[in-house]
Amino acid sequence: MLEERVRKVFVDVLSLKPDADGAGLVYNESEGWDSIGHMRLVAALEDEFDCMLDMEDILDMSSYDKAVEIMAKHA
Amino acid sequence: MPDALLLEGKVAIVTGATRGIGRAIAEIFAAHGATLIINGTDASALDEAVAEIRDRHSAAVSAIAGDISIPSTASDLVRQAFSQEKRLDIFVNNAAVLIDALIGMVTDEAIERTLGVNLKGVLYGIQAAGRLMSRGGGGSIINLTSIVGRFGNAGQLAYASSKAGVIGATLSAAKELAPANVRVNAIAPGFIDTDMVRQLPPEKFEERMASIGMKRIGTPQDVANAALFLASDLSSYVTGQVLGVDGGMLI
Repeated sequence: MLEERVRKVFVDVLSLKPDADGAGLVYNESEGWDSIGHMRLVAALEDEFDCMLDMEDILDMSSYDKAVEIMAKHA
Repeated sequence: MPDALLLEGKVAIVTGATRGIGRAIAEIFAAHGATLIINGTDASALDEAVAEIRDRHSAAVSAIAGDISIPSTASDLVRQAFSQEKRLDIFVNNAAVLIDALIGMVTDEAIERTLGVNLKGVLYGIQAAGRLMSRGGGGSIINLTSIVGRFGNAGQLAYASSKAGVIGATLSAAKELAPANVRVNAIAPGFIDTDMVRQLPPEKFEERMASIGMKRIGTPQDVANAALFLASDLSSYVTGQVLGVDGGMLI
């Protein structure tokens, strides 16, 4: 459930195929996930989970798997 | 209460709001209907300020005590806006210290403290506020610089450096945050009647007074009026500006 919410955010923000798998997505490597995309992802995740992330978490969110791990703290 | 409320429904944070310019800004924002979160380092002065502003303006006011040179203070303030109101419209980076010293006698401690509060504090504030404002569709960040940050002043090496830095931060943040409809402007007061300038020796004080075109010292209210303009929708297309509030002072 948590992972599906995170996956949907990635699909929306990075314009992925609706059934795309999040695993394997990496910051600065996957298409669209540059620094601007990163801030959009962060804002969208914060909206989805109704929270505010710490700067450490924002800087730490270097992959999809890491994003799931970080958002688990706010689920 | 003013005839038209310019900040009704808006959520504002003001740092260094227990006295001087910050206090005047907090007062005018409350009078114009803003929900306020104020900050200062002295917890008891802050409690008094909250009670007085609340009573005078029937405003919603809360506070967080803390030193703005520590990064967590700005994020705690913004987090409070998020948890209470789910939004942030206005952030005033006002807290500052003034430690005068001649070149050759400016201590490391004075440099660290001056840059820590006056410049790093502003950077932390912009970082914390910019993100929540962007999420909410926009906002206004107001940074207090100084006429000294634009033109320099003998005896204020560290202070002038910190205030010049605030101008650079304002210009950069204005560019980066404009697409998110977050406006970032600075106010550059001249000689304003606060505890800060009352630290000056009498002859320096008179010298400053003589340099003011309008021949009067500025009031915190003069600066707060400019802040109200920049905070409100009256300035909806104004960003990246440094607004002098100095009565035609030459320095």
